[in-house]
Amino acid sequence: MTTRLLGAPVTRVEDPRLLRGEGRYLDDLGQDALEVAFVRSPHAHARVLDIDVDGVLEVPGVVAVYTYEDLLESDRDDGTHVSEPLPLLIPHPALHAPRTAYPLAREEVNHVGEAIAMVVARDRYVAEDACGRIVVRYEVLTPVVGLAAAREAAQAVHADVPDNVAAHLVQQVGDLAAAMAAAPRRHTLDLRVERSASMPLEGKGVYARWDTDEHTVRVYTSTQAATSVRAAVAAKLGLALNQVECIAPDIGGGFGVKIVHPWPEEVLVPWAARRLARAGGPREVKWVEDRREHFVSSAHERAQVQRVEVGFDDEGHLLAFDFTFWHDNGAYTPYGIIVPIITSTQVLGPYKPGAYRCEFFSMYTNTVIVTPYRGAGRPQGVYAMERAMDAIADATGLDRALVRERNLIQPDEMPYDHHLVFQDGRPLIYDSGDYPAGLAKLKALVGWEDFEAVREQARAQGRRVGIGLACYVEGTGPGPYEGAHVVVETSGKVKVATGLTSQGQGHQTAFAQVVADQLGVALRDVEVVTGDSRRFRYAVGTFASRAAVMSGSAMHIAAAKVREKALRVAAEALEVSVDDLELVDGAVSVKGTAPGSSGTSLSLGTIAVLANPLRYAFDEASQAATQFAVGDTSQAPVAPGEEPGLEASGYYSPQRSTFASGVHAVVVETDPLTAEITVLRYCVVHDCGTLINPRIVQGQVHGGVAQGVAGALYERMEYDEHGQLLNASFMDFLMPYATEVPRKVEIDHLQTPSPLNPLGIKGAGEAGVIPGMAVLASAIEDAEGFRIDAMPISPSELFHLRQAHERGELPSLTRAGRPKEFLP
Amino acid sequence: MTTADDPASGEQTLVVRLRVNGMWHEVRVPGRRLLSDALRHDLRLTGTHVGCEHGVCGACTVLLDGEPVRSCLLLAASADGHELTTVEGLAEPDGTLHPVQQAFVDCHGLQCGFCTPGFVMTIAAYLRENPDPDEDDALAACAGNLCRCTGYQNIKAAVLRAAELSRGTGR
Ligand code: FES
Ligand code: FES
Repeated sequence: MTTRLLGAPVTRVEDPRLLRGEGRYLDDLGQDALEVAFVRSPHAHARVLDIDVDGVLEVPGVVAVYTYEDLLESDRDDGTHVSEPLPLLIPHPALHAPRTAYPLAREEVNHVGEAIAMVVARDRYVAEDACGRIVVRYEVLTPVVGLAAAREAAQAVHADVPDNVAAHLVQQVGDLAAAMAAAPRRHTLDLRVERSASMPLEGKGVYARWDTDEHTVRVYTSTQAATSVRAAVAAKLGLALNQVECIAPDIGGGFGVKIVHPWPEEVLVPWAARRLARAGGPREVKWVEDRREHFVSSAHERAQVQRVEVGFDDEGHLLAFDFTFWHDNGAYTPYGIIVPIITSTQVLGPYKPGAYRCEFFSMYTNTVIVTPYRGAGRPQGVYAMERAMDAIADATGLDRALVRERNLIQPDEMPYDHHLVFQDGRPLIYDSGDYPAGLAKLKALVGWEDFEAVREQARAQGRRVGIGLACYVEGTGPGPYEGAHVVVETSGKVKVATGLTSQGQGHQTAFAQVVADQLGVALRDVEVVTGDSRRFRYAVGTFASRAAVMSGSAMHIAAAKVREKALRVAAEALEVSVDDLELVDGAVSVKGTAPGSSGTSLSLGTIAVLANPLRYAFDEASQAATQFAVGDTSQAPVAPGEEPGLEASGYYSPQRSTFASGVHAVVVETDPLTAEITVLRYCVVHDCGTLINPRIVQGQVHGGVAQGVAGALYERMEYDEHGQLLNASFMDFLMPYATEVPRKVEIDHLQTPSPLNPLGIKGAGEAGVIPGMAVLASAIEDAEGFRIDAMPISPSELFHLRQAHERGELPSLTRAGRPKEFLP
Repeated sequence: MTTADDPASGEQTLVVRLRVNGMWHEVRVPGRRLLSDALRHDLRLTGTHVGCEHGVCGACTVLLDGEPVRSCLLLAASADGHELTTVEGLAEPDGTLHPVQQAFVDCHGLQCGFCTPGFVMTIAAYLRENPDPDEDDALAACAGNLCRCTGYQNIKAAVLRAAELSRGTGR
């Protein structure tokens, strides 16, 4: 009997290949391709007066140099659209002043790192030499760096947007003003979050191969959205869609930054390949981003300044929530305002805030663009809400967990409609979840009720510890759709494809588990391909914890169709009713008989042969399907409504997102002398509905938690007032090593399946990172006894806060269960 | 090592002899060619990855005469005549995974796999000298490499698991 794979912690099928060094990442391909390097702006804000490329082509090994002028010429002569601004991927009515960059700068640069000239050469060394020979003259303009400068608007990033406001959105539910006025108590918080970034270990990269015979281009790119890059390249190059194929090979991590597309390089590299090929030259071109380029010319996230006003009663009930924030969107808005929209909606978490109002301003600054990084605006929203929950607890003298409990949406209130519009343009309706159960589990896991004893014990040893918790709800699996194709080959092997891409989430394993269960085959007989437009053309992409929900469901649907057909074909061949058959061990057999028994069982491979009536036999198996061998001569070989082959496509398109949830708790120790912050315990309770593979989900949580801790304690983009990124290397940007993450992550799962999809799945990819800043702020302030409002926090910042506290500039917290004026 | 001027580039090149995974190779490279690039692009052994090209992430770690080194910080020329082991050379000739590789499978020690060759090489060298690690050792063994995906928990577990497997196989 085939054992059920859904829910089994099987080891990953992709691992042995990757461990042997047989992965095919972008820079492993195109070994003979020409290589590209870019001249990038050293200024945050400048007019480009002149680009002198004289003599560059004489550098041995240099093949071509391009500037914006060449893009213009190409559009004029070749019908391309490369001199136009890059697309605005997600327009929104509130984004009243969208701006996107040109593939190569035209007249103006708006952040350090913006590409100005492109060199194609024999290899990267030579290309970089040549870049060094290009002289660009600039008129340097005053840059706008940071939200304070953007709001002040003494300077404008884009001259025609004088207030630097790209977007302004207000969403409101209920009568906020009345609810706030009526609330017995009110409190205001001013909060701040700094920039961080996805920072995958593999940067971006593009490799394009123009086929001179077929007039087609194959583009390999380290992307999260292969089918959409394909469409974008076709549009930019003025090609028909079927002249472009796009493949996401193995990808060394994404975390959001690779969902943006087309990056300038994704347009320019295929464009150059075609241009060179047409001129009779080489036709393979590759660009691989180096680490510094990744810091200054990809994308960042997170920076917001927030103001939260809450109205509440003495029992800690949240009655009114007024949330205003300023979001730093960097120099351009290619990805629209998805990140601030997510912040503004997911801020609500598992709570019922009574009346709610959110207003945000998305602001231009002369810095790298801001697009989703794992969590995508949720960490900031959760931070705002959870800081407020802690503040309400302190104001009312109630336990922090109790205040949260009193505001939770109850299971019998599901589905819960917040009457807001979510990031997918659909109503924000939580489909399912049991938030009280999650909080109870977390309290038990971390030992919430007993913590005062732990604190006392630590205090007796001269140590300072604190505990914090934070709840979140995460909208996952947004539409519009994903699809999958499942085919059983005559060998009995199952080949599966979906269009969305993988960046390490174990899709080849998880999707194979879904398909193998439906078809009753072994996991090793199912091969999954993702992100290859040659194999599956319709897809959206990998973001918002949607792959398992969307493609997992599509896999299930496609495989169910194949299953049904296999049963139908077998029933006919065995002359029995479908109801008497079962699909086990790679064969359809009469129930109660052993798979493989002659006369009562057909292997899937044989059924695949029978499903495709043939005229020509090419091997022994196919002889069985030729026209003199099979078939009722009174019937059409392929019955009306049927198609040849044992295969099917399936699509899943949900009405709206499904909502995962969880609660994290953390115990920290802060050094009384050095203010060093150590995470002693990190506890996670997590509900992502049905688990396809608990091992993979655990890995996702581990990785997310590490990024959450990183964002709270270590990582920030250090811009100076000139817009120079001072820490644009792994030497200076404090990405955690193993020594900086919690020694252990304690995880407990809760499973409330989603009613929205056939397997009950909710997304799991981002959960680990979301409450990181909130939970650490909560724990650090609990250890220290004064409020923490800005994240991330370094030991030296904590030290300075202590000094301010000692000087009386920072009030002490009062906290339930603690001495009135609590001294750590 | 012989040097010459490449007629196409005018750049001085050297012939470098490298013994990689037990096999001698001869490549003609410019003096500034990094060892990581020579391995990846001249010998086309792309299992060694480059995550930062400035010596911090450890993805490019290979063994030079048995010792882990960061191949992005070495010139190919400086490895002339030396013995190198890359991730491609770790499994048994019959394809059986090295205990560290197997431990990464068993413990889900990799996600995207980009950092993985560097970790595997580093840990393999570590365990040769410290065959009996405890949890602190496991942390130390992998504390010099960056991974953005796994949060390191399962990599630490893989160190312990690899030691356990090695005791079984005597490797
Ligand atoms: S690539 Fe060598 S250490 Fe990062
Ligand atoms: S597995 Fe992706 S960087 Fe380590």
